[in-house]
Amino acid sequence: MAAKRLSGAPVFAALGDNVRLSLIAKLSAGQPHSISQLTKGSRLTRQAITKHLRVLERVGIVHSVHRGRESRFEFDPKPIEETKRYLDDVSQQWDQALNRLKAFVED
Amino acid sequence: MTDRIEKRIELKAPISRVWRALTDYREFGEWFRVKLDGPFVQGQVSRGHITYPGYEHVKWEAVVQKMEPERLFSFTWPHPKSFDKVDHPPDYSQEPTTLVEFRLEKTASGTLLVLTESGFDKLPDDRRLEAFRRNDGGWTQQMKNIENHVAKTS
Repeated sequence: MAAKRLSGAPVFAALGDNVRLSLIAKLSAGQPHSISQLTKGSRLTRQAITKHLRVLERVGIVHSVHRGRESRFEFDPKPIEETKRYLDDVSQQWDQALNRLKAFVED
Repeated sequence: MTDRIEKRIELKAPISRVWRALTDYREFGEWFRVKLDGPFVQGQVSRGHITYPGYEHVKWEAVVQKMEPERLFSFTWPHPKSFDKVDHPPDYSQEPTTLVEFRLEKTASGTLLVLTESGFDKLPDDRRLEAFRRNDGGWTQQMKNIENHVAKTS
């Protein structure tokens, strides 16, 4: 139980919000979206959407790409995949530790 | 993808035996592969170092939360960004911690041990990550799940 442990906490925290999850849902289809496109159909203001996008950007889940005067946001699955991998690692380390415990107490 | 880990394992040993293996610091050290400086005491910091080959430079530090005999043993411990030698030791007080709980239940053939590790996030609502839980449909499917979930709850 000692292999590399990369903390996934910031990514989890970024995901812990329904607005941000819905933004990811829109962006994960593959097309970069502008803030106006992301604001359309939402009850939130442009400012609120921008704030949420910045949270996602900070942990690398979205990146902004500039095209002319407008920035567009695109989805990057890597941080979430890494967090998933991290949890899988921790999980595997527990499997090994518990098997050692089993052998230890059943001996 | 979930923010917690849960494991259940059946042990063919009496609950008193399992309790000792978990809470006697020398016995814990044997199977966990850590050399602890002293006994576990509820509410106190436990220190030592890992004995797992290749990770001997890693310090062990945990805070014992609960010791309810033959029922529950729990501690919190830090998840530093890296265990590489160059980064070690990190400032453990600055790292996010998770909660590790060992729960014991008597069974016909011995003891059921349920291990959970939680707190990988500070989410108020576990269900928000429900859609990430299974990694079985690729990202498109995952996102559909989220979309549906969000649609239902917003």
